[in-house]
Amino acid sequence: MMKCKKNIIIIVMISILVFSLGFGANAKAFRVAVIMPSSISDLAFSQSMYDALLTIQEEMGKEEFQFVYSDNMFVVADAAAAIRDYASEGYDLVIAHGSQYGSSLVEIAPDFPNTSFAWGTSVNTFSDQGITNIFAYEARSEEGGYVSGVLAAKLSQTGTIGVIGPIETGDAKLYVDGFKAGVLATKPDAQVNVNWIGSFSDVALASEAAQTHINVGADVLTGTAQMVVGAIGVARQRGVLWFGTQADQTSLAPEIVVANQVYDWTVALKPMIQLVREGTMGGIIYVLTLANGGLKIVVNQEALVGKTIRDIIEGKIDIEL
Amino acid sequence: MEAIIIGIAKSAIRLATPYLYASIGETIGQLSGVLNLGVDGVMLMGAFSAFYTVLKTGNLILGLLVAIVVGAIFGLLIAFINVTLKAEQGISGIGVYIFGLGLSSLLFRTMVGTVQAVSGFPLLFIPLLSNIPIVGEIFFQQNILVYGAFALVPISWFILNKTPLGLSIRAVGQHPEAADSLGVNIVRIRYLTVIFGGMLSGVAGASLSIALLNVFQQNLTNGMGFIAVALVYFGAWRPLSVLSGALLFSTVNAIQIWIQVKGINIPSDFTLMLPYIVTIVVLAAMAKRYVRPPKALNKPFERGE
Repeated sequence: MMKCKKNIIIIVMISILVFSLGFGANAKAFRVAVIMPSSISDLAFSQSMYDALLTIQEEMGKEEFQFVYSDNMFVVADAAAAIRDYASEGYDLVIAHGSQYGSSLVEIAPDFPNTSFAWGTSVNTFSDQGITNIFAYEARSEEGGYVSGVLAAKLSQTGTIGVIGPIETGDAKLYVDGFKAGVLATKPDAQVNVNWIGSFSDVALASEAAQTHINVGADVLTGTAQMVVGAIGVARQRGVLWFGTQADQTSLAPEIVVANQVYDWTVALKPMIQLVREGTMGGIIYVLTLANGGLKIVVNQEALVGKTIRDIIEGKIDIEL
Repeated sequence: MEAIIIGIAKSAIRLATPYLYASIGETIGQLSGVLNLGVDGVMLMGAFSAFYTVLKTGNLILGLLVAIVVGAIFGLLIAFINVTLKAEQGISGIGVYIFGLGLSSLLFRTMVGTVQAVSGFPLLFIPLLSNIPIVGEIFFQQNILVYGAFALVPISWFILNKTPLGLSIRAVGQHPEAADSLGVNIVRIRYLTVIFGGMLSGVAGASLSIALLNVFQQNLTNGMGFIAVALVYFGAWRPLSVLSGALLFSTVNAIQIWIQVKGINIPSDFTLMLPYIVTIVVLAAMAKRYVRPPKALNKPFERGE
C-alpha cells in the first residue's frame, strides 16, 4: 500500500516537473501563426511575408521565435477556420495575410481576447467596433511604383508601357497608380496601358495580356500579384524589360528584370511583436514606406546595363559625340 | 487594324490550345458513358511532371512523354474508380481534382520550391504556309503543341465517326446493353477512353507549363479543366463544335484583353465577364437544338441477367 502511494507521489511530482518545464518553454518563445492566400514560394505577396518571418526567426533564434503557416488559403471560409484553430491553440500572434480575411477576423478576434491578430493590407484595426486585439498593416506600394515608373519612362524607347494587375483594389491599385504617375511625371506624352486580369492566379491570361501589350508597342512592362510569372515569361521571350514588385523576381528572368520593389514586413512585425510582449494586443496600423525601409528597390544591374549594351550593338542607340 | 486582328487571333489560338486537348479527351470519355470532373487535377499533374522533367533534363520531348504517362496513370485511376468500383462519377471526379491539385502542389514545393522558368517548345514556323499573309502569321507561327491540339479535332472526329472503334465507343455510351449483347467489351472500351482522356489532359497541362507559359506554379491551370468540361456540353459531344466553343471563349477573352490594353473606357470588371456572358448567350440561343448527352453518361454498367 505504502509502495503504491509512493509511486503515485513520484508520478505526480514528475508530471508537475514536466508540465512546468513545458510551460516554461512555451512562455519563453514567441509563437506566430500565419495564413496566406497563395504559396510561400509565389515570388510575390505570400513569399514576402514568409521571408520576413524567416528573417525574424534567424535574428531571434528558434528558441525565442517560432512560427507556423498555412498557405494557399484562397478559400476565405477555410482561412477563417484555420485562423480560429490557431487562435484556440494559443499562438501569441495570428496573422491573416490578405485583405480578404478582414470580415473573418472581426468575428473571430473578440472570442480570443488573449490572442493578438494582425492583417493586411489594410488600415482598419476595427477599433471603432470596440475590438482591441487586431493590428493592421499596409504597404505604400505607390512609392516604389513611382520609382519604377520613372525608370521605366527613361528606358522606354517606344513611349508605350504596359501594366498588368490582378484586381483593381488594395496595394495592387496603389502600385499601378504610383507607377503611372512616375511614368507620366518623367515623360508626359508616354502611353501607359493597364490591364486587369480579374484574378490573382490566372497565369495564362496574364501571359496573353503581356503579348497584347507588346503587340500594341510596349517595350517595358510591369505587373503585380502572383500570376505575373506568366507575363515575365513572355517579356523574356520577346525581349522587353520588366519591373517587379512585392518580392525580388530577378531569378525568373535576370536578363530583363530591371528592378523590383521588395516588401520587408519585418519593419511592421518587429515592433508589433515587441508590443504584444509588453501587453498591447492591437489597435495600431503599420505602414511600409521607402522612408522607414519597409519598401526597398532592388536593382538588377545585369538587365539595366545589359540592355544598353545590346542596344548599342544592335544600333538602337546612336551615341552622339 | 490588320495587326490588331492578327494579335487577337494569335492570342485566341494560344488560349484555346489547353482547352482543346482537355475537352476532346473529355468528349471521348463522355461518349463512352464516363463523366470525369477531375480534368483540372490531371492537367495540373501533367503540367508539373512535364515542367519538372524539362527543368531537370532540358528534354522537351521527354517532358511531354512524362506528362502523357502521368496522365495515363491518372486516367487508369479514374477508370478504376468509375468503371470497376462503379463510384458516383461526379463526386469521384471532384476527389481526383483535389488529389491532383494537392499532389502537384506538394511535389512542386518539395522538389522545386520556388517559381522557376524553363525553355519550352519554341515557335515552329511551318515552311511556305507561314509565309501566307495574315493567315500564315496567325495559324502557322505557333509552337508544336498548338498544331497538335488543332490536328486532334479532325483526327478525333474521324475516329469517332468513321471507324469501328468509334462506333463501339458511341454504342457503349448510348446503349451499353445492346453493345454488350453484340460482344463489345464495355469495361475495356471505357478504360480505353478514360485513359486516353487522361493522356490528353496531361498534354493540356504540358501545353501550359512547357510551351505557353514555361513556368509552374501551384494551381497553374486556375480551373481551366472545369471550363474544358463545360465546353464538352457546349460542343454537344462533337469535336468540331467543341473547337468552335473553345475558339469563341478564347477569342472573346483575347478581345477583352485588347479592349483593356487600348484603354477603351469600359470597367475591367465588365470586360472580364465578357467571355462568360457571350458563351452563356450562345448556349442559351442554341438551347432549342435537340442535343442530349449520351444516354449512359454517368451510369455504371450492370449486366442484366
